[in-house]
Amino acid sequence: MEILKVEGVNKSFGGLKALNEVNLSIEEGNVHAIIGPNGAGKSTLLNCFVGKLTPDTGSVTFMGKNLIGIKPHEINQAGVSRVFQTPEIFSDLSILDNVIIPTLASNDGSFSFNAWNGVQKRGEILDKAESILEDIGLAEKKDVLAASLSRGDKRRLELAMCLVQDPKLVLLDEPTAGMSRADTNNTIDLLKRIGERGITKIVIEHDMHVVFSLANKVSVLAQGTVIAEGKPEDIKGDPRVQEAYLGGAHI
Amino acid sequence: MLGLNKKDTSLFLIVVGMTMFAPFILNPFPETSQLAQFNAGYPDLMQRFVIFGIFAIGFNLLFGLTGYLSFGHAAFLGVGSYAGVWMMKLLTMDVIPAIFMSMVVAGLFSILVGYVSLRRSGIYFSILTLAFAQMSFSLAYSVLTPITNGETGLQLALDDPRILGVSQVDGSIPPASIFGIAMRDSWDLTLGGWSFTFNAGYYLCAVIMILAFYVSVRIFRSPFGLMLKAVKSNQQRMNYTGLNSKPYTFAAFVISGMYAGLAGGLMVAMDPLAGAERMQWTASGEVVLMTILGGAGTLFGPVLGAGFIKYFENIFSKINDNILYQWFSGLPESVADALVFVIHPFIGKGWHLTLGIVFMLVVIFLPGGIMEGLRRISAFVKKRFSSSPSSNGAVPSAKAAE
Repeated sequence: MEILKVEGVNKSFGGLKALNEVNLSIEEGNVHAIIGPNGAGKSTLLNCFVGKLTPDTGSVTFMGKNLIGIKPHEINQAGVSRVFQTPEIFSDLSILDNVIIPTLASNDGSFSFNAWNGVQKRGEILDKAESILEDIGLAEKKDVLAASLSRGDKRRLELAMCLVQDPKLVLLDEPTAGMSRADTNNTIDLLKRIGERGITKIVIEHDMHVVFSLANKVSVLAQGTVIAEGKPEDIKGDPRVQEAYLGGAHI
Repeated sequence: MLGLNKKDTSLFLIVVGMTMFAPFILNPFPETSQLAQFNAGYPDLMQRFVIFGIFAIGFNLLFGLTGYLSFGHAAFLGVGSYAGVWMMKLLTMDVIPAIFMSMVVAGLFSILVGYVSLRRSGIYFSILTLAFAQMSFSLAYSVLTPITNGETGLQLALDDPRILGVSQVDGSIPPASIFGIAMRDSWDLTLGGWSFTFNAGYYLCAVIMILAFYVSVRIFRSPFGLMLKAVKSNQQRMNYTGLNSKPYTFAAFVISGMYAGLAGGLMVAMDPLAGAERMQWTASGEVVLMTILGGAGTLFGPVLGAGFIKYFENIFSKINDNILYQWFSGLPESVADALVFVIHPFIGKGWHLTLGIVFMLVVIFLPGGIMEGLRRISAFVKKRFSSSPSSNGAVPSAKAAE
């Protein structure tokens, strides 16, 4: 089943055409990688999915719901979570609080005035938050300030914050950017384990190692247009992709 | 206890103890001693301690939790004061309707100011609130004179209607009271060289401050409070987490405005007059200083900050050169002269200078305010007197932040 449909999306910044008639179709349960050289419009495209940018023309529909022109929090409440290129977490709060906040958000909605009863009394919320920390391997550090985590751990925390909401679609913007090989492999393992939950994922990535170990479908973006689409093995050998991506060099 | 965890309960009990026994705590020196002028246990000043404590607790709910720095909070206090005096003029000298109305009117006014100001954040938000407060101040001075009585300030008069009360008693204005107990009623206790004053008005304010503090603890620990901390920490993440940050900040702003109104109402209950200068930007700045000095974002810091500043303002400013000479009377005259010459700029009217220096030192060396200082001292003492080296110094714990 198709979970996200992108049709004829255009976006220009001044004279620069960042996205040019982009069409995409994401199947439910897939790990769909979007790759492409720098400046191909990958992040711009992602920003159009979460309400950060509004496309000039075209449509983005998520499970039949139009995503254009609605606010980021409404898109999240519909079931789309996002992991940023540089981890966006609540740095001056504890790790547990970092996870409690998204849990409350998916439980109580985008605004609720629970100003009287303590967070500690919400057993079901705490259990859920602690079990996801257990899952992701941060349970021992739950009372530590999030700012003190390593970059790799911050990324894991951010993933936990997305996953605890049981999203239908997770958008990952370069989940391994700036990580060591060891951290990268850890993250791949983590993402594979998440894969077992059956959540659809869109991954933007530079690192071919990550793409080929995770994705079961790949779209190649170059100069704002999708130039190729298919299984990772097919993409690997596609001459158009090699031309656009690596200037002809072999991957 | 009372729905608080162990740590919060003990803090709450300390606050209750401190406010209830304030007349003793603030009067540590016998009446006849040289140091008696450092006693702060007289009703007028004690009332100010707790009233400004309430003001700072409310301000901290906005600034400490969400990080939105309002530079116009005195406007809500001023509006609350006017509403309170009007209730006393029109309705009754009982303070309950006055205090209640102060909160309602300040709440309504903060809905208006918040709706406009919260369209922006950061410095622009601060400027918008400042503009609103200065506008209110100027209007109170000029155009709104029929309501505010302009420069003279709004006062009670002998011919006020007071529908539920009496206009005058024996040719004078009846005192502000609650259930027949006048706010100015005091009971003195003399023990040896010490004398303590227990004032009805102070105890009313103290009980209300304890309630206000309790409510603020509940808010801090609630899901709502956690969301306010999220606003301060990372608004972008918050929005992408499915939370609408705007109603959260707006609600915090209005609650905080109502706290300011409550403080304004209590001021009126203690002393039934209201002037425009209560809304001036210096008054707004003062509550910012109190909160930062005590420790923004901490539960009890703002109250300490309020007490600290009010103590300085009232006690430090009273020290003059003659008093200094008395202290140094044992020293040779030339040395005493030199010392007085050096200290002179920092005392009396120069108390602002001392306060400014203290403020700078706190901001530079103790960014977490007095509360951080206390925490460091207790950590140092624990380290010094515990036999085993503690391990929790290595990992910055989130719990320590409160």
